[in-house]
Amino acid sequence: MASNPMTQFNVHRIGPDIKIGTFDISFTNASLFMIISSVAILIIFNLGSKKNSLIPNKIQLLAELSYTFVSKMISDTAGLKAKPYFAFIFSLFMFVLFCNMFGMIPYTFTVTSHIIVTFVLASFIFIGVTIIGFMKHGFGYLKLFVPSGVPAVLLPLIVIIEIISYLSRPISLSVRLFANMMAGHTMMKVFGGFVISLGIVGGWLPLSFSVALTGLEILVAFLQAYVFAILTCIYLNDALNLHH
Amino acid sequence: MIKKIYFQSIFFSFFLVLEAFAAESGGMPQLNPEFWISQIFWLTLTFGILYIILSKFILPKISDNLESRKSQILENIEAAEKQRENSEEKLKEYEEIISKSKLEAKNIFNLAREKTLKDIGSKKEVLDKQIDDEIGKAENEIKELQNSAAEKINKIAIDTSSELIQKLIGAEVNNSSISAIVDDLSKRSGDKYYGN
Repeated sequence: MASNPMTQFNVHRIGPDIKIGTFDISFTNASLFMIISSVAILIIFNLGSKKNSLIPNKIQLLAELSYTFVSKMISDTAGLKAKPYFAFIFSLFMFVLFCNMFGMIPYTFTVTSHIIVTFVLASFIFIGVTIIGFMKHGFGYLKLFVPSGVPAVLLPLIVIIEIISYLSRPISLSVRLFANMMAGHTMMKVFGGFVISLGIVGGWLPLSFSVALTGLEILVAFLQAYVFAILTCIYLNDALNLHH
Repeated sequence: MIKKIYFQSIFFSFFLVLEAFAAESGGMPQLNPEFWISQIFWLTLTFGILYIILSKFILPKISDNLESRKSQILENIEAAEKQRENSEEKLKEYEEIISKSKLEAKNIFNLAREKTLKDIGSKKEVLDKQIDDEIGKAENEIKELQNSAAEKINKIAIDTSSELIQKLIGAEVNNSSISAIVDDLSKRSGDKYYGN
């Protein structure tokens, strides 16, 4: 029987224990893949921005296309006011995308399949967006919870629902990414296990499934990074242009 | 049928596998808080460094590259537009020159035609005068000839009639009486011979 499909998500120490006070901040395989993803992003975009040729070469084209892709996404959803936050959303999108994509390589570790990682990212966004909202509109930002044109009887209920939906943003954002990545990788592992257990006679069907799933998972990896970034843009739009 | 059994076996084996896993493992490693602090720490560190490097060094460069390419393309388009305008101007000039020269050629042609027409007219006049002169001369000669012909005929008539009379009668007749008769005759029938 194949190994447990959940063992691929195990985090283990690489190298010595590092402790600050009582906190364990040892270097793990998760840290390794965070660093690999970041370094890959930096290498690709550094190469892509080094030469300024009129007709871009392939890597320059890649960098510039991703730049325009993200910048168009931001200006479409959050408008021109979101320009100062472009770098953050760009790094967020690229980081999630590269972590997802590196997770697709066999024997690697998927950073974004851990709820704590996606939750921390979502919390950055949530806290940042809330701070931006209060800085732009002061206490007027609380109007976000009071939609206009609602009958006074329903207002208390609506306000409570709005507050709950606002507070659940980081949870929905992080769980969406984490669950997608975890489910996909578990499925692939399970089907991989079937290939072994059913052997040469019956293994072909799960193998073909596994191949199809790989394609689907690559799509999901891109799509979830995109969704993560575009939801960030939408939250940012709420904070910048208060029109509820 | 075989297909059905095949799928069913896969379906059931799925459950078997899951049960086996559930028995083996202690739940999801994601919910094990052992390395949460470490993950938060490393995530903040790497993402922070990534963000700083991207926002401070790489993204401005890419944006500069895009800007400069845009401006360069715009410049090129502007230059092309200018050149097009230039060429249009040149074309207009060329057309002007062509039309001007056409007009000039027409003028020259008209002048030459007028000149030749005038020449021909003057020469024709001279020739007409000459022809008129010659015709007048000829008419005069004819008139003279006509006049002299009548007199000569009269004289011949008088001479022949006097001689005839002399031969017939044998007597000398006065010439003046004969000439009076001939004149009278010629006047009466002169219209018959000369037509005027």
